Amino acid sequence: MSEVKVYERPKSWMPNVSSHYCPGCGHGIAHRLVCEAIDELGIQNDTIGVAPVGCAAMIYDYMDTDYCEAPHGRAPAVATGLKTVRPDKIVYTYQGDGDLASIGMAEIIHAANRGQSITVIFINNAIYGMTGGQMAPTTLIGQKTTTCPLGRDASVNGYPLRVSEMLATLPAPGFITRVTVAQPKYTLKAKQAIKKAFQNQVEGKGFSLVEVLSSCPTNWGMRPVEAFDWLLSSMMPYYPLGVFKDFD
Amino acid sequence: MGRILMKGTEAIAEAAIQAGCKYFFGYPITPQNEIPEYMSAHLPEVGGVYVQAESEVASINMVLGGGATGYRVMTSSSSPGISLMSEGISYIAGCEIPAVIVNVMRAGPGLGGILPGQADYLQATKGGGNGDYNLIVLAPSTLQECVDLTQLAFDLAQKYRNPVMVAADGFMGQMMEAVEIKPSPTKDQPADASWALGFMEERGGKRSHLHSLFLAPEPLEEHNRKLQKKYAAIKAAEQRCECFRMEDAELLVAAYGTTARISRSAVNNLRAEGLKVGMIRPITLWPYPYEAFKTIPSTVKHILVAEMNAGQMVDDVKVATGCRYPVSFYGRMGGFAPSVKEIEDECRRILAL
Ligand SMILES: Cc1ncc(C[n+]2csc(CCOP(=O)(O)OP(=O)(O)O)c2C)c(N)n1
Ligand code: SF4
Repeated sequence: MSEVKVYERPKSWMPNVSSHYCPGCGHGIAHRLVCEAIDELGIQNDTIGVAPVGCAAMIYDYMDTDYCEAPHGRAPAVATGLKTVRPDKIVYTYQGDGDLASIGMAEIIHAANRGQSITVIFINNAIYGMTGGQMAPTTLIGQKTTTCPLGRDASVNGYPLRVSEMLATLPAPGFITRVTVAQPKYTLKAKQAIKKAFQNQVEGKGFSLVEVLSSCPTNWGMRPVEAFDWLLSSMMPYYPLGVFKDFD
Repeated sequence: MGRILMKGTEAIAEAAIQAGCKYFFGYPITPQNEIPEYMSAHLPEVGGVYVQAESEVASINMVLGGGATGYRVMTSSSSPGISLMSEGISYIAGCEIPAVIVNVMRAGPGLGGILPGQADYLQATKGGGNGDYNLIVLAPSTLQECVDLTQLAFDLAQKYRNPVMVAADGFMGQMMEAVEIKPSPTKDQPADASWALGFMEERGGKRSHLHSLFLAPEPLEEHNRKLQKKYAAIKAAEQRCECFRMEDAELLVAAYGTTARISRSAVNNLRAEGLKVGMIRPITLWPYPYEAFKTIPSTVKHILVAEMNAGQMVDDVKVATGCRYPVSFYGRMGGFAPSVKEIEDECRRILAL
């Protein structure tokens, strides 16, 4: 019987490198989906990534493409600079919810509103991961974090931000969708969305953002399987999956 | 193009275009608005792009991304805007990305006013952003120098992969003077594909990544050592200074930018009266021109620092002279510049001591 290879590391994943993410963290899955999309579109040599501040700050250690760093939240501005000078390249940012929805809110709204032809992968894990589990703009009401130990209280902290819905009200951005990597069936859909968000840019269409509901078992204080269950039962009702805007 | 009468801000903008800058990212603030205005009107003529950012925070980060491609990019602002850019400037220095930043300084602190100032001297030369880094800081004192130093800024930025600031004050920006703006010989210099982003194909599939994050102490210290080595090379090679009527001087005025222009008139007037006064004018505020201060003649007995601030350069003069001379200071703030007469009077007062 001849051997058929059904699974291998993506080509655009750095060879011989394993990631630093905690067991059960959604970042690793999302990274893989980005790599697969880059491989399938054959754009590895033409892609420039912009790294965030947060757990994915060292994404450039894993992705075998050109990569640039950005200060906390400023990735869409850095991407705008890159894309302005090199419109022939595929420029994408990979940002967490603290990065994109808190300190970098102005940068993402304005990049989206300019219809900047970039791709944004937005990881929403409802918490600040890297700094040790503080409240994020996306933290759910009642969710306990190190800076809302009694649970997020709307009267003090406001409500969790639905970034995709908000950006979808703008006229310029083309493709805005929310997916999750909580279960294989959803992950396959997430893959399609991420690939489409890159494909849009290859076709010169404009701004695309994929919000990925992701897990942070470490800071949620859960085991990996429990974390994905919590994502499905608690996050998904507040952050419904779906396409909020599409080019056509 | 021969000599034409131009406003300083517009001369800086045209000089940048003639230096091959095709990408400008900016945000309005007085007194430098003619730079983004000029860029928005003229960059499309050369196939370039002006992007009006949502803030100075965004514009400097657009410069970070644009500069990461190795092509010539620029932003301009004035004091409060430069404060907002400090974060990005530190990252640009840490990532070793070439970029030109024009600061048409106004009086502060805070919102201050829109009139000229030189009170960003310490911010420009000693930091502003976090970490051990240095900007190359160029201080023009005529509009022709605004042109020439803007063009030099692009060359130095690319040579050293370092941000360069043209520190002009509001007078430089708003006055008019005849200038000659020639295309820079390095105008069409291609981006250096050995490190710049967007050249993976040309490098045979080898990637480049530009970052300042090193979580382990060893590589971070090594990165810092590399940066310090570069700054040492810049200090050795790029000090620029003008020594004016310094031979046989008993009193030296140390001044830069607009204050140096005013001091020059004062020196000429005092010399006409037979008083032995000269001027030392740092053109690079960083690296500070220590070498030029070593050439101060033995006749000098006193140094007067003149600035449009509260004396921010005084310590540099003391260090540059090894505290061998008494150093006095005369400055105005709030948007005022010291007048020629004020400097003359101060010089007379010191000479009479
Ligand atoms: C200007 C600035 N402020 C604060 C920080 C500290 N910081 C690092 S990561 C982070 C939050 C990251 O959270 P998120 O974007 O949700 O990413 P995650 O770690 O959850 O993947 C913060 C506040 C910083 N690096 N820079
Ligand atoms: S802290 Fe959370 S987001 Fe960060 S790697 Fe661990 S699980 Fe992932």
